[in-house]
Amino acid sequence: MELLLDSLFNGVAIGSVLLVAALGLAIVFGLMGVINLAHGELMMLGAYTTYVTQLIFKLPILKPFYNSYIIVSIFLAFIVSGVVGILLEKTIIRKLYGSPLETLLATWGVSLILQQFVRSVPLAYGTGLVISLLIGLFLPTTFPSKIKESINFKYIKFSSWIFATLTGVLTGSLISSSVSKLSRASARNVDVTAPSWMRGQVEIIGTAFPKTRLMIIVITLISVIAITLFLNQSAWGMRIRAVTQNRQMSDCLGISTEKVDIITFGIGSGLAGVAGVAVSLLGSVGPNVGGNYIVGCFMVVVLGGVGNLLGTVLASFGIGIMTDLIGAGRLLSIWPDMPLPLSNTINFFATTSMARVMIFALIVIFLQFKPTGLFPQKGRMVEN
Amino acid sequence: MRISRRILAGLATASLAVTATSCGGGGTSGSFDDTVTVGILHSLSGTMAISESTLVDTEKMAIEEINAAGGVTVGGKSYKIEYIVEDGASDWPTFAEKSKKLIDQDGVPVVFGGWTSASRKAMLPVYESKDAFLYYPIQYEAQECSNNIFYTGATPNQQSEPATDFMYKRSPAAGGDFFLVGSDYVFPRTSNTITKAQVKQLGGKVVGEDYLPLGNTEVAPIISKIKKALPEGGIIINTLNGDQNVAFFKQIQDAGITPSSGYYVMNYSIAEEEISTIGPEFLEGHYGAWNYMMSIDTPASKKFAASFKKRWGADRVVADPQESAYNMVYLWKQAVEDAGTFDDNAVREALVGQKFDAPQGPVEVMPNHHLSQTVRIGEINAEGGFTILEETGVVLPQAWNQKHPSSKGFACDWTDPSKGEKYKL
Repeated sequence: MELLLDSLFNGVAIGSVLLVAALGLAIVFGLMGVINLAHGELMMLGAYTTYVTQLIFKLPILKPFYNSYIIVSIFLAFIVSGVVGILLEKTIIRKLYGSPLETLLATWGVSLILQQFVRSVPLAYGTGLVISLLIGLFLPTTFPSKIKESINFKYIKFSSWIFATLTGVLTGSLISSSVSKLSRASARNVDVTAPSWMRGQVEIIGTAFPKTRLMIIVITLISVIAITLFLNQSAWGMRIRAVTQNRQMSDCLGISTEKVDIITFGIGSGLAGVAGVAVSLLGSVGPNVGGNYIVGCFMVVVLGGVGNLLGTVLASFGIGIMTDLIGAGRLLSIWPDMPLPLSNTINFFATTSMARVMIFALIVIFLQFKPTGLFPQKGRMVEN
Repeated sequence: MRISRRILAGLATASLAVTATSCGGGGTSGSFDDTVTVGILHSLSGTMAISESTLVDTEKMAIEEINAAGGVTVGGKSYKIEYIVEDGASDWPTFAEKSKKLIDQDGVPVVFGGWTSASRKAMLPVYESKDAFLYYPIQYEAQECSNNIFYTGATPNQQSEPATDFMYKRSPAAGGDFFLVGSDYVFPRTSNTITKAQVKQLGGKVVGEDYLPLGNTEVAPIISKIKKALPEGGIIINTLNGDQNVAFFKQIQDAGITPSSGYYVMNYSIAEEEISTIGPEFLEGHYGAWNYMMSIDTPASKKFAASFKKRWGADRVVADPQESAYNMVYLWKQAVEDAGTFDDNAVREALVGQKFDAPQGPVEVMPNHHLSQTVRIGEINAEGGFTILEETGVVLPQAWNQKHPSSKGFACDWTDPSKGEKYKL
């Protein structure tokens, strides 16, 4: 029983890291059909946001709230990665819809730029830049329509960007002067330390579970539930699904597909940021952190069936449980006296490297029989 | 996909770096008869830049020190050392290419360079075919002995063997079982083969080993294996690389694998620099083995640390690889002065037998082109340094490991033409 519980927990823990990382991609790649190679770097931005938030919460003013910084950083990471994602959509991806190869190359270029950006720009000014973007993109939309009609919209936009730039520079230098660690550029990996209430273990039914893992599972569950509710219950969610199923028809019926694209991409990117918070709890935060996850993300989305969230969820947990089952040699503990050749084979695959090989092989075999994944769905990809 | 991304990233940064780094250096002073230009070849961009740039800083400092003390004296003439820094860009073929450039185009008599074994393996054929000389400063898996490379880092018998011995005989987990964890590449696999043979000789038991593919940070299956294999605690030998250590230590602490519950990790790739990145709160109570540790309480060691901080900033630390890099510049200078020429073959002959009072204590160049060194075992403390627990006497280097099944009974001796790279003892 304890073994089963332990194994199940491990599988779910590994799976939820995969799932939280792939969730954003399931939307961007699954629903919109955009092959976004910069997805990993949007995760990286989320992870760096956690780091910056952690340092800012160490300032005397915020010190009493230090223990809650991780919760705050989840929201901030969503906003930061979402804003960068929206900028990406507005400037690059919008022009490349329907040409996957060009999208692939362009987003790969973006991923390199983002990696170099965090290496060579002090994080304080990076934060300032994101704040500028946030204000510049959203301030014009907050003006009441009366003002928008009476003044040329161009002027509103222009003055907003001036205000945004000023605020960005100001916050940048403010952070830079108060947190010395953020004032210099560094290619060195940085470290996010979970607050003390999240470290150590908690005992449930006689088995000890690491708290950070539980936290990641909770983050994943909340993200999945929130995004499912959003897609199925809210008006924008329905519009997104409508555009996914038939873009021309939705356009004819008066849905602003342009807005839908921005929102979808923004949410997908924001979820990547949330994933960044989760992975920062497991390892170190560095420019290359996203690259470690991107292959896994695509694997999960393809296996689950492009365009289907449930498929992504099942695929992640399936891969997680398989990884634990093969990689930790669980079958041997369940059935200790199996015949020798069989136990030798299982032992051979019971290392992390070989388990990976085995899982990829199984996925390849599976896709031979079901090339569209677990739950194929008609979507824009299929139309094209 | 990831690999091709890295290579392209490397190419892009390399082309930038070529324009940025093609300058000499060393400052100006009028009291020298002539100058000699040496090559420095480390990664200044890409994933390895963080580690390798500290070596460039140390080598520059050593050269500046030598120049300030009057330079190199050859045949009654004093030479000022100048250097050309090239960027290997964390890309192994680039190391070979830049070596060719330094040797052929710049005509440098010596190159100080490399970090990863992969970069050394890529450079080796270049130096052998051109009969040039490379000085390599990193602790590595050995099983190599080139006439054209001079290795100033530790061989396994100067690091992992005394460490395993300590863990099995004198650590708090003495007599316990071993679990080996490493990144999946040549150094951890070779090092663990040696450790397994040694544990067997000592009468201990290795109950498990696992390798994490480079870049992977999912440690959960390894943790459940450790818990299964060592339910009551034991000894973990860790040869993970770089930031995989962060994931490993964060996750094992959360899983209750800590010194207080009887699990002791011996690390071969964690020095002062890495401790500050990972965070001492995750590492306190675990162990490390090196030739040089910043906490060595001798005037030479303190002077080394102080001059490095003075030259590059008070927040900087020195660690074992930097000390090796520092030593090799001085050993080259001594050998050149003894040989009375910059000519490769004469310097190579003069090099064997050179002694130097290094920050770690006295070192001497052995006929197998490796250094005799002191080995230290340290416990990681809350301040992010090592508390030195043990110090061996001077340990002679084994280029061919005597515990590894493929090299047992072999040795290397370049002073005797009949012996050479690999001869039977």
